[in-house]
Amino acid sequence: MERLDVLKTYKLYINGAFPRTESGRSIALKNTRGKVIAHICHGSRKDLRNAVEAARAAQEKWAGRDAYNRGQILYRMAEMMEGKRDEFAEAIRVTGGATAAAARKEVAASIDRLVCFAGWCDKFAQVLGGHNPVAGPHYNFTIPEPTGVVGVVAPDEPALLGLITLIGPAICAGNTVVAIASQKHPLPAAVFGEVCATSDVPSGVVNIITGKRAELLEHLARHREVDAISAANLRKNQAAILRAGMAENLKRVSVRKLNADDWHDADAGESPWAIEPVVEMKTIWHPSAS
Amino acid sequence: MIARPVDSVMLQQRAAALARRSIKGEAKMAGLRMALSMLDLTTLEGKDSPQKVKALCRKAIRPHDKPIDPPLPSVAAVCVYPAMVKIAREALAGSSVKVASVATAFPSGQFPMEVRLADVQRAVEDGADEIDMVINRGAFLSGHHDVVAEEIRKVKIACEHAHLKIILEVGELETYDNIRRASDLAIEAASCEPFGEALANGEVFIKTSTGKMQPAATPPAVLAMLEAIRDHYLKTGVKIGMKPAGGISTAKQALQYLVMVKETLGEQWLTPKLFRFGASSLANDLLRQIVKQTTGGYVAKHDFSDA
Repeated sequence: MERLDVLKTYKLYINGAFPRTESGRSIALKNTRGKVIAHICHGSRKDLRNAVEAARAAQEKWAGRDAYNRGQILYRMAEMMEGKRDEFAEAIRVTGGATAAAARKEVAASIDRLVCFAGWCDKFAQVLGGHNPVAGPHYNFTIPEPTGVVGVVAPDEPALLGLITLIGPAICAGNTVVAIASQKHPLPAAVFGEVCATSDVPSGVVNIITGKRAELLEHLARHREVDAISAANLRKNQAAILRAGMAENLKRVSVRKLNADDWHDADAGESPWAIEPVVEMKTIWHPSAS
Repeated sequence: MIARPVDSVMLQQRAAALARRSIKGEAKMAGLRMALSMLDLTTLEGKDSPQKVKALCRKAIRPHDKPIDPPLPSVAAVCVYPAMVKIAREALAGSSVKVASVATAFPSGQFPMEVRLADVQRAVEDGADEIDMVINRGAFLSGHHDVVAEEIRKVKIACEHAHLKIILEVGELETYDNIRRASDLAIEAASCEPFGEALANGEVFIKTSTGKMQPAATPPAVLAMLEAIRDHYLKTGVKIGMKPAGGISTAKQALQYLVMVKETLGEQWLTPKLFRFGASSLANDLLRQIVKQTTGGYVAKHDFSDA
C-alpha cells in the first residue's frame, strides 16, 4: 500500500512558541507543479496584536543585554541556520522562490548576513554615534538607542534573504521584531521561526506571522505600540498604507526598493547604515574635568 | 454553622466554562464600560505619596484625558492606605467616587485587636466610605472560627456607617472548602445582631485577596464565594457584595468575571453597589480596549497615565 504523506502545518512564531492562528484559518501551500506540500497559518490581526504585545514585553530586557551578548546570540542563530541549510534551500525552491542553485546561494548569503550583524552588535554604536566637538568645557556624545518594537514587512522575493536583511539590523540594535513573512513563499520564514526557537533568542524578540499582507499592513501601521517599520519592495498602495499609519502616530517607516542583485550586494546589505532607520540618536552633554 | 463542602472538580470546570464565552461588539463595549464603573482603583504601596494619591483620584474621576463619546463613567472608588484617606477625601470632593481604605493592619492582620480596631476608627473618622478589612487567617486555619467571627463583628461595629469589605485572602486558605467556609463565616458574622435583617444591600462585601500574595483572585475561588453569596441571598434576601482583587489586570479577565457574576447571581448584581474589581493596572487595559473599539487602531500602553 502506498504510504500517505504526512503534510506539515507550519504555525506562527509568537513569544517563543508556535501557536496556531487564533482565526483557525490556514492556507494550502502548493509546489510549482500544483501539488499541496504543506499548510501554513493564515494569520489575523489578532495574531499580530499578540505578537506586538510579546515584542513590547521583551524589548527592554533585550536592549538591556550587553551588546556583546546580543552578538553571541545572533551568531548562534546563524549557526543554527547553517545546520538547516538544505531545509532552507528546499523551502525556498519548493514554492518556486528560486532554482535549486539560486536557493542554495540565497541561504548562504542569508547566513553570512546574520553573522555580519552579529558582529555589528557591539560595533555599530561607534560608527553611527560619536564624540561631538563643542565649544565650552563639555564632552558631547551622540549614542544610538533602539527605537523599540520594529515591524518588518518582508519582500516576496528573496523570501529568506529579504527577511534576514530586515530583521538582522533591528535585533542587532536591541529592538524586538514582529515580521510579516513573504506572502508568496512563506516557508523559509516558518523554518526561520524554528531556528529562533532553538538558538538562545529570548522569547518575544523575534515574532513571525504568515498570511495575507494586505490584511495585516494597516493594523501594523496604525498600532501605536509599533515604533518603526522596515519594509521592502511594497506595492505603491501598500507603502501608502504604511505612510498613513506613520502620519497618525509618528512611527519611523523605511520602505526600501531593491532588485534581485541588490539583495545579494554584500557591501550595501551589510553596511551598519542599515541599522540607522531603527535607532534613535541620543545626544548628551557632560561637563569636562578641566 | 453548617459546613458546605465544595465539589472542586465541578467548581473548576464551571469556572473554566464560564470563561469561554465570546463577547464582542456592543456587548463587549457595554461590559468594558461597566467594568470601569466597578473599579476600585487601588494603590497600596510603601512608596505611596500624597501626590500619587491625588493623581490617582484625578484618574478615578476622569479615567481618560481625551474625550470619548458617550463620556466614560468614573470608577467606583479609590482604595488607599489609612494614612492617605484624608488626602483622597479632599481630592474626590464633589465627585461620585468613594474613598475605600484598607484597615485592620492590612495586609497581614497580625496586630493586637485594639490596634486593628483603632486603625478602622481612624480611617472612618478621616472620611473613608468603605473599609477593607482582613480576616485573621491564622485563627481561621487553627479552627478558631469563633475568634474570626467575633473580630469581624467588632470591626463591623467600628465601621459605623461605612461599608465593610471582608478580605478572606483565599491564597492562604489552601482549599475551596475553606474558601466557602470562610465566606459563609464572614457573611454570617457581619449579618449578626445588632445588624441582623437591617443590613442593607451592598453594606457588606466579601473580597478575595489583599493583592499582596499569590495566588490572588482565581476564577474558581471567586465562583465559590459567589455561590456563598447566592445561598445567603436565597435564605435571607440580603444582597452581599463581591470584590475580586489581585491579579486581575486584563479587560478579558474582567469580562469573564462579569459573566460569572451574571450567571451565578443574576443581573441585579451587575452594579458597582454590589460588585467591584480591586485592581491597579486593569483600568488602563480597559481604556486600551475601549479606545481600540472606538478608533479601530491598536493602542499603546504608554498612551495612558499610570495614575
